[in-house]
Amino acid sequence: MSDLSQPYLAQATTAPMLPLSLDGVRFSHRGQRLLGDITLTLGAGRSLIMGPNGAGKSLLMRLCHGLLTPSAGQIRWNGQPLSPALALRQAMVFQRPVLLKRSAQANLTYVLAIRGCPRRLRKPRAQEALERFGLAPLAQRPARVLSGGEQQRLALARAWLLAPDILFLDEPTAALDPAAIRAVEEAVNQFHHRGTKIVMTTHDLNQARRLADDVVFLNAGRLLEHSPAERFFDTPQSSEAAAFVRGELPW
Amino acid sequence: MPTADNAFTTALGLILTLDPALMDIVRLSLQVSLSAVLIAALIGLPLGAALALWAFPGRGMVVVMLNAFMGLPPVVAGLMVYLMLSRAGPLGQLGLLFTPTAMVIAQTVLVLPIVAALARQHIEALLGEYREQLASFGLGRARMMPTLLWDARVALTTVVLAGFGRASAEVGAVLIVGGNIDGVTRVMTTAIALETNRGNLALALGLGLVLLLLVACVNGAAHLLGERARRQMG
Repeated sequence: MSDLSQPYLAQATTAPMLPLSLDGVRFSHRGQRLLGDITLTLGAGRSLIMGPNGAGKSLLMRLCHGLLTPSAGQIRWNGQPLSPALALRQAMVFQRPVLLKRSAQANLTYVLAIRGCPRRLRKPRAQEALERFGLAPLAQRPARVLSGGEQQRLALARAWLLAPDILFLDEPTAALDPAAIRAVEEAVNQFHHRGTKIVMTTHDLNQARRLADDVVFLNAGRLLEHSPAERFFDTPQSSEAAAFVRGELPW
Repeated sequence: MPTADNAFTTALGLILTLDPALMDIVRLSLQVSLSAVLIAALIGLPLGAALALWAFPGRGMVVVMLNAFMGLPPVVAGLMVYLMLSRAGPLGQLGLLFTPTAMVIAQTVLVLPIVAALARQHIEALLGEYREQLASFGLGRARMMPTLLWDARVALTTVVLAGFGRASAEVGAVLIVGGNIDGVTRVMTTAIALETNRGNLALALGLGLVLLLLVACVNGAAHLLGERARRQMG
């Protein structure tokens, strides 16, 4: 499924990365435990991480993606610890998209360049991704002056070109209007249909109902629940999750 | 003031007729200062970026030193280079004292801390924004450096222009290590000082006008660049 030439990854790309398993993962900062202990296994599909503010959702994703190192416990991808080769098979989209101070197109050719895509193929592939996410007319515009929704779509187009096996999304729609939210959700489903594992945090219950295959529910740094979406929304196991689903838990 | 008035007319005449003596001095000034700034940029920009990217013991000290050296008085920089290059100094055998090369070295010493210290500040700010995303792309620190240098290009250009302004306007360093030798190491600033002392106000004023114009152009360029970037990048 990778449409990038990554000869040095040939061996790693053949092995499946899932399931992602966390065993007793804990994260402390300055002696304060912010997350843990988390024991969790994620398989294929769209996993949504939910919970009120400060629950540790973003922290959990950063640990899985390797941006942070757990203070204790182990994170394994199909039994393997995260290696540089495995890290290259993941991508992350942040709440506030981090775009380079270049044109929309140059933001895309940039990731192709750092992944070793031959120069002559970069522009056509970037153009293809721009078209896929409805950004073709904006190719030459500076990325930083695009609207919030356009910027997030560009970040998704960039992730698309990385052809990840796993895509992490940290509240990608938190600051967007309804039309932009729909566009982002459609983009997430494009990744899903390509076979990319989705791990996403959201505050939005309706969005979670639309997208989730399974829900991971955190509260105050602790894992309270991990269940299939239907079961989570219909019969939440913990009282906190029940309150959250009813919209009573403040976030 | 008839003398000054007279001098001003003569000065304009010298500039407009491209007086050879004046042009030689301007040419040498530009050669020395541009070379110094080029060398300072080639060393200072990667150095500043490296200081922003890597943490190591004593990094704080290096940063404080660089910041302090931004305000290094030109005469002190000149004196330091003089001591190194003088006959009895460690590099005396090279015979560089009172040559344009010595002046380039002195101005590089002066400009390098400015370029490196300001580059570090800009790159560090940009890194704060980019770090997670670049790490997510799988880039290590060494591979982040070119991305950061390129994306900070507008700010860094202003930094280099500021360094050029500093180099072209200083007297002390080039005077001490160059010696203000006519036709060899005489640059605009040292010539102005000398001609004023000798009462040759026309040449001094002519050079002063050229220098003023140059500094104005550099500042104008920096301003335009900043404006353009703000419009384009949002």
